[in-house]
Amino acid sequence: MATVSAERETAVSHLGDDSPEAVVVRFAGDSGDGMQLTGGQFTLSTALAGNDLATFPDFPAEIRAPQGTLFGVSAFQINFGSSEITTAGDAPDVLVAMNPAALKTNLDALKTGGLIIADTGEFTKRNLEKAKYAANPIEDGSLAKWDVLAFDISALTIESVKPFGLGNKEALRCKNMWTLGLALWMFDRDRQPIIDGLNAKFAKKPDIASANIAALNAGHAYGETAEISGPLQRVHVDSVPASPGLYRTVTGAEAISLGLVAGAQLAGLRMFFGGYPITPASAILHNLVKVKEFGVTTFQAEDEIAAICAAIGASYAGQLGVTSSSGPGIALKGEAMGLAAMTELPLVIINSQRGGPSTGLPTKTEQSDLYQAVYGRNGDTPMPVIASRSPSDAFYCAIEACRIAVQFMTPVILLTDGYIANAAEPWKVPDPSTFEPFPVTYLEEKNGPDDTLLPYKRDSRGVRPWIKPGTPGLTHRIGGIEKAIDTGNLDYSPETHQTQTDARKNKIDGVANAIPEQDVSLGETSGRLVVVGWGSTFGPIHQAVRRSRKKGLDVSHVHVRHIWPLPKNLGQLLRGYDNVLVPEMNTGQFKTVLRDQFLVDAKPLNKVSGQPFAIAELEDAIATYFDGVPGNEGGDIPVNDTQLPSPEAENS
Amino acid sequence: MNEMTKIETTLKDWETDQEVRWCPGCGDYAILKAVQRTLPQLGADPSKTVFVSGIGCSSRFPYYVESYGFHTIHGRAPAFATGIKLANPELDVWLVTGDGDGMSIGGNHTMHILRRNLDCQILLFNNEIYGLTKGQYSPTSRQGTNSPSSPLGSVDRPASPCAFALGSGARFVARGFDVSKNLPDVLKAAHAHRGAAFIEIFQNCIVYNKDIFDDFAAAKGVEDQQLWLQNGAPMLFAGDTKGIALDVENLALKIVYVVDGDWQSAGVITHDVTNRAVAYMLVDLRVAPKFREFPMALGVIYDDPRPTFDSDVVAEREKSSAGRVADLGKLLSKGQTWTVED
Repeated sequence: MATVSAERETAVSHLGDDSPEAVVVRFAGDSGDGMQLTGGQFTLSTALAGNDLATFPDFPAEIRAPQGTLFGVSAFQINFGSSEITTAGDAPDVLVAMNPAALKTNLDALKTGGLIIADTGEFTKRNLEKAKYAANPIEDGSLAKWDVLAFDISALTIESVKPFGLGNKEALRCKNMWTLGLALWMFDRDRQPIIDGLNAKFAKKPDIASANIAALNAGHAYGETAEISGPLQRVHVDSVPASPGLYRTVTGAEAISLGLVAGAQLAGLRMFFGGYPITPASAILHNLVKVKEFGVTTFQAEDEIAAICAAIGASYAGQLGVTSSSGPGIALKGEAMGLAAMTELPLVIINSQRGGPSTGLPTKTEQSDLYQAVYGRNGDTPMPVIASRSPSDAFYCAIEACRIAVQFMTPVILLTDGYIANAAEPWKVPDPSTFEPFPVTYLEEKNGPDDTLLPYKRDSRGVRPWIKPGTPGLTHRIGGIEKAIDTGNLDYSPETHQTQTDARKNKIDGVANAIPEQDVSLGETSGRLVVVGWGSTFGPIHQAVRRSRKKGLDVSHVHVRHIWPLPKNLGQLLRGYDNVLVPEMNTGQFKTVLRDQFLVDAKPLNKVSGQPFAIAELEDAIATYFDGVPGNEGGDIPVNDTQLPSPEAENS
Repeated sequence: MNEMTKIETTLKDWETDQEVRWCPGCGDYAILKAVQRTLPQLGADPSKTVFVSGIGCSSRFPYYVESYGFHTIHGRAPAFATGIKLANPELDVWLVTGDGDGMSIGGNHTMHILRRNLDCQILLFNNEIYGLTKGQYSPTSRQGTNSPSSPLGSVDRPASPCAFALGSGARFVARGFDVSKNLPDVLKAAHAHRGAAFIEIFQNCIVYNKDIFDDFAAAKGVEDQQLWLQNGAPMLFAGDTKGIALDVENLALKIVYVVDGDWQSAGVITHDVTNRAVAYMLVDLRVAPKFREFPMALGVIYDDPRPTFDSDVVAEREKSSAGRVADLGKLLSKGQTWTVED
C-alpha cells in the first residue's frame, strides 16, 4: 500500500510510548487453537482502524498435528502501523503463546523487552514435556529479558461461556476469541465488526455465536478491568494518512482470482479454470468456484496433468484456459505446457511457489521455481514469466498474464508464492472502468491465397490466428509435431524446424516490446549499489534500501516484474551501478539469469529457511558494500561475504 | 452425442489432403474408412466435429479426417476433450486412442472421462502392442508376448479394456474390429448414445503383432467365434447353432447347442443392453482364461445412458449464476470494506 513511507524506523516497544508508529504481534498456538482465524479477525479490525498492515501466516503442513507438539504450532504475525507497512515485521513486539510449544518455537523471534502473553492453563506438566521443557519457563526465570503476562486464559474462557452449557472441549474452543478480545482492548479496536462477523458465520448455530461473542467480550473486559500493573497497557496506533477511496483487505490468492476474472472480462472471454488440489494454490480454485456468473467454468481434474490439458482444450475451443498449482504440480504440467507453446494457444499458468525440491515445505515460502518457469521444459520452449511482488500486485499481474497470453497466443507463467498467497494487506479497490480492455478476435474466414486456410500464418509480431472449432469452413488440424510454415501441416524437415524454432523464440522475445520498461523502485538510476529483487521479497528489500539510504548510503532498489522476457532497458540500467546484489529465497536463480542475459556481475544473497527475509538481514548485507557504516564499521566485511544463512550457498 | 443439425456430406468430404502414413496393410486404414463412411450417414458437420487424440499410431488419426483435429500428448486426450466439450458443448467430440495411450500412460484419464460421463465417442484401437515405438509389449499384450522389451516373453498380466471401462462407470461399452463390416453400425450406436461411448476396436498391427486376433477377427472364416450382440435378440452364434445361456449354479455364462432354431428351450438368453451384470460377464468371454473357448462378444455390450458431465456442468453453472449480475466493480469491493475520506 503506497502511502507516506516510514516503516518501523526503530524497534517500538509497547511500553512507554502512547502512539507507536508500528507494532508487530504474533499469535501462536496449537494448530487446532484457531490462530489463523484469530489473526484474520485481528487483521480485519486493524484494517478497519485505518492502519496499514502486512501479515505472515505460518502454519504446519499437518491439518491437526498431535496436540501440544512443537511441530504442531501454528502462528500468525501481523505488522501494523500509522505509516507504510510492506513486510510482516522482523521481530514481534508482542507474542501470544497459547501453550508451551508455541512459546518455545516463537520465543527466539521476540524482541528483547517484548511482551509475552501466555495461557498458564496450558502450561501443564504434560504439555511442558511435549514441548521438551525441563522446567516451567514462566516460573524458572528464563524469560527475564521479556515482560511476561501469564494467567489462566483457559479457565477464564470456560467461566465466560458457562451460561451456554457447552462441554469443556467446546468451551475451550472459544479461547481464541477470548484472546482476540484482549488484543482488541490492547490496541484500542472496535469489537463490533468482529461480533457482526461471528453472528454471520454462525448464523445457523446462534449458541456457538453467542459463546464466542461472550468470550470475546470477556477478554476485552479483562483488559479493561483487571488490576494488572506493569506489562499490560493500552496502545493506540494512529491510522495511516491514506489516499481517499474504498479499501478492503486482500490476500494474494484472492487478488489472483479477481485479476483472472478481470483479465477474462477485459479480453471479452469466458474463462476455464482447471485445477487439482495442492497447497498453497488451492485457494484460487476455491475462489473461482464462486464467480460463475462471470462465465467462469471450474474443473477439478483427476490430476495436475489433466487440469492443464483440459485448460488447453478449452483455450483451443476459444475460452481463456487457466491452470494453477505449486512447484511439484507445475513439474507434472511441463509436457502439456510444451504443447501449448507448440500449438501456440493462450494459457495462464499460476505457480504458488513453496519450498522444494519434491514435497519440500508445503506450507512454507520459497522462490526456487524460477529456473523451472524460465527453463524447465524439454526443447526450446520459451514462455513469458511474470512475478507478483505482493498480494495486491498479484491482481494486476494476473491481468497482465491474461493480456500477454491472448495477445501473443502463448502460455504465460505467473509466479507467486506461499507468502503472497496467504498474506493479507489493505487494498484500495480499483475502478474497473480505468482498465484498458484487450478484446480478442478469432479468425472467422480463410486467410490464405486461393481460398486456403493458413492456421500458422504469423502477423508482424509472429502471432498466429486463433481459430475456434465450430467455425464454419475453417477445419484444420493442430498438434505437438513440428509443422510447416503457415499451413501447419506435419513437417519435420531440418529447415522447417530451424525456422519454426526461431519464430517461436522471436515471438516471445518480442513480448519485451509490449511490456513497460524497468523502473527504479527507490533511489537513483546509477550508483554504488543496486539491490535487485523479484516477487515477494519486495517488502523487506524496499525497507532495507530505504533505511540504508536514510543512513546516507548510495543504494537503490530495482524490482523486476517481467522475468521473461526481461524489460528491454534492464541490462543497461544494471550496468549503471558499481554493484548488483540479488536477494532471493533460493540459491541464486534470478542472479544466474541476470548474469546470463546481461553479463553483469550480479551477486547472490540467498535464504531458503522457509521464512521471508528480515529487513535487518538485508540492511546488514547492504552495509557490506560500504566501509565504516553500522554493521561494517571497520570495513572488514568483504563484499562477497553476504550469504545468509550459509556462506556455502554462494553460486558464483 | 447431443442433438445437432444434420448436414449432407460424402466420404470424400471427410478426407484430408494429407498423405496417410500408416504401414501398408495396417488395420488403421480400415478403421479410418469405416469412420469416414459413417460420418456422412450420421449427418455430421465437419465444422462442428473435433477429433482428439493422444500419441501413438492410432493418434495420427485426426490428421486424416477433414474436421477440426487436435493431436495432443501421450495419454491425455480425455483431458483435452473434457476442456473442449465443457468450453463448447455444441461440438461433436471423438477421441482416438490406443492400448498404450489409453490403458497405460493415460489409464487414469480414461477412467475419469468414463466415470464423469463426458459426451463423446472414445475409439480405443487395441493391437496389444506398442507400434510407433517399434514393438514393445503393451498393457493388453497377452502374457508371454515376445517383444524387444520382453525377449523371453512378457511377464505382465494384461488389462481388459472393456472390463476396465465398465469398472470405471462407463454407460456405453461396445466392441468391433478393424475389417468388420459391422463396425459402422457400432460407431453409429456409439454416436447415438448421449454420454461417453467406449468402443474397443481390435486392430491388426501387421508389423509387430501380426494377425494376433485372427482366431476371431479375420475378415472371413471365423464367424463362428463371434458373438454379435443385438439388443432384444437371443445371444446366438455359429450360424445360430449355438447360444449363450446362464449357468445358474455357477453364476456364469455357458454355451448351449440350439437345435432347429429353438433357442428358447435351449435356455439362450436375450441381450438386454441395460443389464450391467450380464455386461460384466460378456466382456470376459474369450478374454479371461477361464472363458477362452467362448466366442468374442462384439457389438453393443452395454448401453444405459444417464446425464452427462457437460450438461451437468452447464446446469450447475447456470444455477449458481442465476439472478447474479456479473458486475466486476461489485466483485472487487466485496467483503468488509472501509472508506478513507478526503
